[in-house]
Amino acid sequence: MIQIKVNGKWCEFPEGTTVADILDAMGGARQGVAVAMNGVLVRRGSWVGVVVPAGASVDVLTAVQGG
Amino acid sequence: MDEEPLVIGTHKLNSRLIIGTGGAANLAVLERALVASGTELTTVAMRRADAEGGSGVLELLRRLGIELLPNTAGCRTAAEAVLTAQLAREALGTDLIKLEVHADDRTLLPDPFETLDAAEQLAADGFTVLAYTNDDPVLALRLEEAGCAAVMPLGAPIGTGLGIRNPHNIELIVSRAGVPVILDAGIGTASDATLAMELGCDAVLLSTAVTRAADPERMAAAMRAAVVAGRLAREAGRVPQRFWAQASSPPR
Repeated sequence: MIQIKVNGKWCEFPEGTTVADILDAMGGARQGVAVAMNGVLVRRGSWVGVVVPAGASVDVLTAVQGG
Repeated sequence: MDEEPLVIGTHKLNSRLIIGTGGAANLAVLERALVASGTELTTVAMRRADAEGGSGVLELLRRLGIELLPNTAGCRTAAEAVLTAQLAREALGTDLIKLEVHADDRTLLPDPFETLDAAEQLAADGFTVLAYTNDDPVLALRLEEAGCAAVMPLGAPIGTGLGIRNPHNIELIVSRAGVPVILDAGIGTASDATLAMELGCDAVLLSTAVTRAADPERMAAAMRAAVVAGRLAREAGRVPQRFWAQASSPPR
């Protein structure tokens, strides 16, 4: 298992975890969300293919009331 | 009377009132206010998906057929704002971005240097940038030159309801702008929105004045009428102000 920081919280995932796996673990929402890994946008089309390395910081964002 | 649409980049809007969704007590209150306002463009913020308050606002805006204007609120640097804009475009499928880079939490005033830096990067990356800015006529021009599709000077700091503190600066910005000028922030009540339009602004963006009013739906209706009234008055051409009275009835 490896440690990945998801939305600011350290979580354990198996090695080889992809961005899509993390989204699944969070409940699977795909519409209206976007993902950054270590401060860089991961495009929607790459979610299945991008493996998240140990120690990475993954942020999953969506729109909320504001502004 | 025919109303000319507001054009921001390639986006056309028949309503000149842009509403922010922040501060509404709940989604039902927000929905009634949005409908009463007649708005066609409404701001949302980007936050972590597990944060509170995320549920429902997107579905609500889609159901009402209101276009999304994601913002970069909470960003302190150009780099943060650029990443947030990219995330918003990816999540929401819109090229519109309300660029706001705040200098500090107490004033929430825009940081002019970071804002200009981010505006250049985002415009070059194909975003339709609406830049929140100080009421600074020089900076407004610089933001336009950087490729912003609209400039949005504040009337007063966000959430203060202090109205338009420097109407002359707003007029100066309007007089030289080649892109729409949208009065953003500081609106407290309907007369402030009317004044913004009378000064020549192309639209008004507000949230607190409606969402935190005692009756948000009624205030939204007031703002809708206020923006229309101000624009009509601007187009009609007001009478000059005079020191002495001028009789409006014929002499006896």
